[in-house]
Amino acid sequence: MAVKGWIEVNELHCKGCGLCVAACPQNVMSLDMDRLTPKGYHPVHLHAEGCTGCGICAIVCPDAALTVYREVPVKA
Amino acid sequence: MVAPAPKIVYQRPASLATRVTHYCPGCTHGVAHRLIAEVLDEMGLREKTIGVAPVGCSVFAYNYFNHDYVEAAHGRAPAMATGIKRVLPQQTVYTYQGDGDLASIGMAEIMHAAARGEQITVVFINNAIYGMTGGQMAPTTLPGMVTTSSPGGRDVESMGFPIRMSEILAKMDGAGYIVRRSLHDPANIRKAKKAIRLAFETQERGLGFSMVELLSSCPTNWKLTPVDALTFIEDRMIPMFPLGDYKVNDEIANLRV
Repeated sequence: MAVKGWIEVNELHCKGCGLCVAACPQNVMSLDMDRLTPKGYHPVHLHAEGCTGCGICAIVCPDAALTVYREVPVKA
Repeated sequence: MVAPAPKIVYQRPASLATRVTHYCPGCTHGVAHRLIAEVLDEMGLREKTIGVAPVGCSVFAYNYFNHDYVEAAHGRAPAMATGIKRVLPQQTVYTYQGDGDLASIGMAEIMHAAARGEQITVVFINNAIYGMTGGQMAPTTLPGMVTTSSPGGRDVESMGFPIRMSEILAKMDGAGYIVRRSLHDPANIRKAKKAIRLAFETQERGLGFSMVELLSSCPTNWKLTPVDALTFIEDRMIPMFPLGDYKVNDEIANLRV
């Protein structure tokens, strides 16, 4: 089973610069053109399945707006 | 079936304040702030760290960290840090300076702080331009680069050549750790974080003056998109400012963190 991850975007901090969109190895991130943050930017979101929780988006984020989670498989 | 427990891969470091920065979208000042905060968290130094903020885009750095901060006069951050470190030698003291602050107005202070071997850490953000004042030519501006005060491009015949601070400071006997890193891609950001860690380790071990020069982007004044600005660092800045270790104390070179 593929590793499953997801991100949480702090919309107060996200400025929609798009550095994470360009850096995402799975190409599952994009700017959400239907939403605006309190500062008037389009925040980033996951537009498709496939996030692995690698955390590269958080490494390039200049505003530390992302929290990255990954599902840990439980051994039976 | 038991639901898998989520693991946090990354979260905002505790040393970074919750306040939203005033930096433009995509400015890598934020990455540098984050790396410093992560290193202070990892080393457990937050309660005893004093930062010295410069004048420039990062003038409000004192608002963005959850530890003690003071604001220095333009270019005088190394002098102020010297005083703080000598009065409070147990504290960790670092300055955060841009290229206008460090390489132009503060040239005397940084040279003498390094020559004296002050036990301070300097994080030097080199974006080849004066950001706060509207994109004028800085001492680090690349030859031929168009800025508001060099509209025809920097002409080295009349305006001189860029100053390479890491190379100059590495010649100082008082320096213990002088390196240049870049913030243009994830691999280099990881290397930059390790360099900041080693710079603070240099200070904690009393091995002399430490400086990390970080090649940083300025999308607004370079008039590029945030992603193109990172490409500009890779294609134009790194050939002029080669990345590397310019002076590393033997004890730090053998340190594994």
